[in-house]
Amino acid sequence: MSIMPENSYLGRTSEVQGDILEVSMGPHHPSTHGVFRMVATLDGETILKLKPVFGYLHRNHEKLAEGTSYLGIMPYTDRLDYLNSMTNNWSYALAVEKLSGQVATERAEYVRVILAELSRLQNHICLAGFLLQDTGASGTPLMYAFREREKILDLFESLSGSRMMCNFQRFGGCRLDIPEDWIEKAKIIVENFRVFLDEFEALVTGNEIVLSRTQGIGILKPDLAINAGITGPVLRASGVNYDLRKVDAYGIYSRFDFRIPLGKYGDTYDRYMIRVLEMRESIKILDQAFATLPAGPIIDPKAKNRGLRPKVGEIYSRIEGPKGEIGFYLISEGGPNPYRYRIRPPSLINLTTLEDMCLGQSIADAVIILGSIDIVLGEVDR
Amino acid sequence: MSRDKTGAKPLSLCPMENLETIQSQLSQAFSDAYITLVPNPILGAQSSLLIDPVHAVKIANYLKTTPGLQFDYCSNVTGVDWLAKDITEPIPAGSAPGTVANLKRLHEGYLEAVYHLYSMQLGHGPLVLRLRTKNRTTDTTLPSLTPVWRSAEFQEREIYDLFGITFEGHPDLRRLLMWDEYKDFPMRKDYSEPDDYEWEPTAHGAILTKAQAHQKIPTQTTEVIV
Repeated sequence: MSIMPENSYLGRTSEVQGDILEVSMGPHHPSTHGVFRMVATLDGETILKLKPVFGYLHRNHEKLAEGTSYLGIMPYTDRLDYLNSMTNNWSYALAVEKLSGQVATERAEYVRVILAELSRLQNHICLAGFLLQDTGASGTPLMYAFREREKILDLFESLSGSRMMCNFQRFGGCRLDIPEDWIEKAKIIVENFRVFLDEFEALVTGNEIVLSRTQGIGILKPDLAINAGITGPVLRASGVNYDLRKVDAYGIYSRFDFRIPLGKYGDTYDRYMIRVLEMRESIKILDQAFATLPAGPIIDPKAKNRGLRPKVGEIYSRIEGPKGEIGFYLISEGGPNPYRYRIRPPSLINLTTLEDMCLGQSIADAVIILGSIDIVLGEVDR
Repeated sequence: MSRDKTGAKPLSLCPMENLETIQSQLSQAFSDAYITLVPNPILGAQSSLLIDPVHAVKIANYLKTTPGLQFDYCSNVTGVDWLAKDITEPIPAGSAPGTVANLKRLHEGYLEAVYHLYSMQLGHGPLVLRLRTKNRTTDTTLPSLTPVWRSAEFQEREIYDLFGITFEGHPDLRRLLMWDEYKDFPMRKDYSEPDDYEWEPTAHGAILTKAQAHQKIPTQTTEVIV
């Protein structure tokens, strides 16, 4: 009788040298951008299989919202994608406005566009900084990006009282009017942002290491991207022309002249470049919005916010958030709170193809591919 | 069709057929399946089609591939829990005084999976599909549409996790957000949260109070001894 159990390590050393290794990255790993875990099966450094694991930040936001009044949900939406509370607020306000038959005022529509595009600027520059941090460009690009982002967050703070949890939109308009000097400050910051973007690109975009780490890595084919419901810059990097600001032309986006940048190869570099080009388009929209901002009430005086009881029915409404299509599905049974409240989370659905993009790549590239998808765990787990 | 230098298709925006047309088109193609229009009183364009679960995968494939429809993008997938619905029938005029109003049960309750479809090629939508389970307790199975639209993969897992609908044909049906050992379905309307997430042998304080509210305390009978 052998003294070693049959499955012992010593009993099968020759098989162990097969080198199939399972690595669990996260949930406390700096490259996963939050409490997110990937279980990767590796052959050497090559990824054979990769399964994402979610739920570490799950607080059942939808259940909480179903016990809360329509207005009371608004601050909760800040905590979804906490980089972009302005667009979350807008998407939710738009859904409730459609549900209850209210319309935002003209000035509020412009203010929403301004705030959404500012939000897009700081989200995209943040992503560019994080992505370069992941490629190993330690510190400098990220800190440059954060310096510019902080200026935009200062604008948000002076307007709403909070840097990130803005809670700014209401049904029928916005919570507060924007002062005249705020617009002057914003104009200067946007003008400087343009200069900063040139500087940032000169520093980074043509960099040899950035190119070799990102080009041809994590290719996403357009057919798969459409079928897997990928939206936002990740979809457009694969060359699919689908931007809700053009498709749905919600709000007043049809009045602005801007273009939709599209990628060609669908690799990590395209996903980075799309963000840079989108920032330039956002600056164009902001210039036009500042120039044409009309006077008038910021919120409809007859708007119903407190004690809102929409009629029986349901609505699905979506906007183009910086991360993709953020939608809200609401069912009203006539009560003071929604019977069903659902968020379509772009961060979660964009992770559907993470495994497909990572297969055959090295484990170090998986970090960059994940970084280029742009997720926020507050929205993935809800 | 003109192509710009990236080789990408330009954006096209075609209006969607109205829902009645799509319904009759589907009814012709699938004569043995029921396809019912569920009206939405707020926005007629977002009324939905209640489709037969038995034929759901075939219908989904038809919607995805038929020219003119081409719903290639499944945006939002979610579950809805509908409890049993009772209505009180009005007391007919002239009935004897003291007549008790009749309580009538409309349905026993069911779980619903709702799919919002769009077309990226044609730029139209949404088409809202609904699938209903037979009831909320014993038969909560629906066919998975993940083989048709991959975007349903995580969202159907989430519905399985939080509502307890089992999707047949799903490639990887596991809990998504709650942990694997969890037993209940938190998004159901009759869900009550456990008294104690981390079981402790001697419950005390707030946990004990909560547990006592759920446990039946036997009524004390006092016996009088003569």
